[in-house]
Amino acid sequence: MSDLLRVENLTTWLATESGIVTAVDDVSFSVRAGRTLALVGESGSGKSMTCSSIMRLLPGNGRIAGGRVLFEGEDLLAKSPAGMEAIRGRKIGMIVQDPMTSLNPLLDVEDQVGEVFKYHLGDRSRRLRRPKVVDVLSRVHIPAAEKRLGSYPHEFSGGMRQRVAIALNIACAPKLLIADEPTTALDVTVQQQILALLRELQRGTGMAIILVTHDLHTVQRFCDEVAIMYAGRIVEQGPVSEIFARPAHPYTQGLLRALPQLGSQEERLPLIPGQPPSLSSLPPGCRFAPRCPRATDLCRTEYPDWMATSGETRRSACWYADEVLG
Amino acid sequence: MLRYLTIRIAQSIVTVLLVTMIIFVIIRLIGDPTHLMLPPEATEADRELLRQQMGLSDPVVVQYWRYLLQLLHGDMGMSYRFSLPALDVVLGRIGPTLLLTCTSLAIGILVGVPLGVASAVRPDGWIDFLAKGIALFGQAAPPFFFGLIFVLVFSVQLGWLPTSGYGGPQYLIMPSIALGWYSAAGLMRLTRSNMMEVLTSEYVKMARIKGVPERAVVYKHALKNAALPVLTFASLQFGILMGGAVSIESVFAWPGMGKLILDSIANLDYAVVQAAVTLSALMFTAINLTVDLLYAYIDPRIRYA
Repeated sequence: MSDLLRVENLTTWLATESGIVTAVDDVSFSVRAGRTLALVGESGSGKSMTCSSIMRLLPGNGRIAGGRVLFEGEDLLAKSPAGMEAIRGRKIGMIVQDPMTSLNPLLDVEDQVGEVFKYHLGDRSRRLRRPKVVDVLSRVHIPAAEKRLGSYPHEFSGGMRQRVAIALNIACAPKLLIADEPTTALDVTVQQQILALLRELQRGTGMAIILVTHDLHTVQRFCDEVAIMYAGRIVEQGPVSEIFARPAHPYTQGLLRALPQLGSQEERLPLIPGQPPSLSSLPPGCRFAPRCPRATDLCRTEYPDWMATSGETRRSACWYADEVLG
Repeated sequence: MLRYLTIRIAQSIVTVLLVTMIIFVIIRLIGDPTHLMLPPEATEADRELLRQQMGLSDPVVVQYWRYLLQLLHGDMGMSYRFSLPALDVVLGRIGPTLLLTCTSLAIGILVGVPLGVASAVRPDGWIDFLAKGIALFGQAAPPFFFGLIFVLVFSVQLGWLPTSGYGGPQYLIMPSIALGWYSAAGLMRLTRSNMMEVLTSEYVKMARIKGVPERAVVYKHALKNAALPVLTFASLQFGILMGGAVSIESVFAWPGMGKLILDSIANLDYAVVQAAVTLSALMFTAINLTVDLLYAYIDPRIRYA
């Protein structure tokens, strides 16, 4: 089965106070229809910038410096602004972290959801759009949807707002949904409901999902593939089950060790010492080398090539991937 | 909504009452009009008689109470200078001032808001450059200065427009642009900074994620949110422009209320000053009330608060 989305060597620059930094550095991955890819990493590792680059909605100080984003075989980076408008919300949806700020406070729900039908399906009349709006709101389980059409965002709870945000992103049955930390701002119980909703929608429509998260438990239960990012680069990627069972990069290993296990007797979790490097002063070799227990002189001077481990399905950017794998 | 409206109207009435009270007391502190009304050789007994006839010898509280009762009947007292009801004197002059103020505010909004939006959409573009220039001049120099420059260029040098006076639209052009420039400058800067902030908000990003065309993103999603503080600012501008009209009215010999108030204060014509200030306060609170209601119409979070 061919890839729905293929990101090739994507590189994105950000102009910051300390000069131009490479927020996304030579990132490549692909997603197939109906599958879920997790983008995992600490804050500032480039996950969200990768998503914004795919949507071509970077902040004013960002610029895509190179690479290709092939969606259904077409390079999104080569599209005109109008061409991108036709794809956003229609073929690719995206939900962002904070549902408290992502909905327009001055427009009612019917208007905000209905806009998608207006601009993508040409439904000019509000009356004709109404049944479609009600339908999509019911699909994300908003109770008594037809009674909530005139409600404004502030009249909904955080979880309900995120459901509205999901509704307007799946309204046109997109092939790909990018979920940029969709549950970070929500209560734990609501988080589970939102994830369950995403899974349900995916089963019904076969859309692919890119889930940005730093919660490894979510990755384990929810995703098929995972790409681990560190300081702007992907350091390891492959099927979730294999990587969680046998990580092939010391960073992944460190992350998994720091994961609290139910029933564990350990009092303190083994943390990774140190902090990720600032993007404006990256170490010359492997970016994880200063924190890595295995680092050698080679690691400190040269960025590692991709090491294929266990066949073609997964790879790790570590000189000693095979040893890490054990 | 009805409750909100009732509260706001009650607040407005209290505001106007306070204004009438303050001006009533202050104008009496400035001086005694009987000195100006009677010849210098009049005795203190003559003056006391006149004061009693005018009701000025009573305690201020009593005078104010009497004034309030009259006010309820729409009577604002007599102007001793014009020997006419003060209300009629003021109403005769309020038209030109309102015309000038409203035209200036309209110019300010019609120029300032679109310029602010355009310069926020493309910061450091040529429109932004132009708008910053306009704003700089508008806020750096007082309106009457532009009035004088306009007269010099367009009346004296080019002879296109009359230097001063009141009548057809040709008389309105220069004073309203001189006054409107100032409010355009402020409105442009406020619109620009609000738009810049709103354009980086998450809900504007979400509108773009939905594939909403950029025009609708700017004018529907962003401008509606950015317009709320601009609306408040514009309503405050109305009061500021009414004040600024005083100097512009003297430059262009505009027969408005500004000069009337100044002369009435100088001549201690209590009734006219009180009537003019009360009417100004009424208009100002009416505009504020309208803006508050507009706010509630635009922003649902206020409606239910």
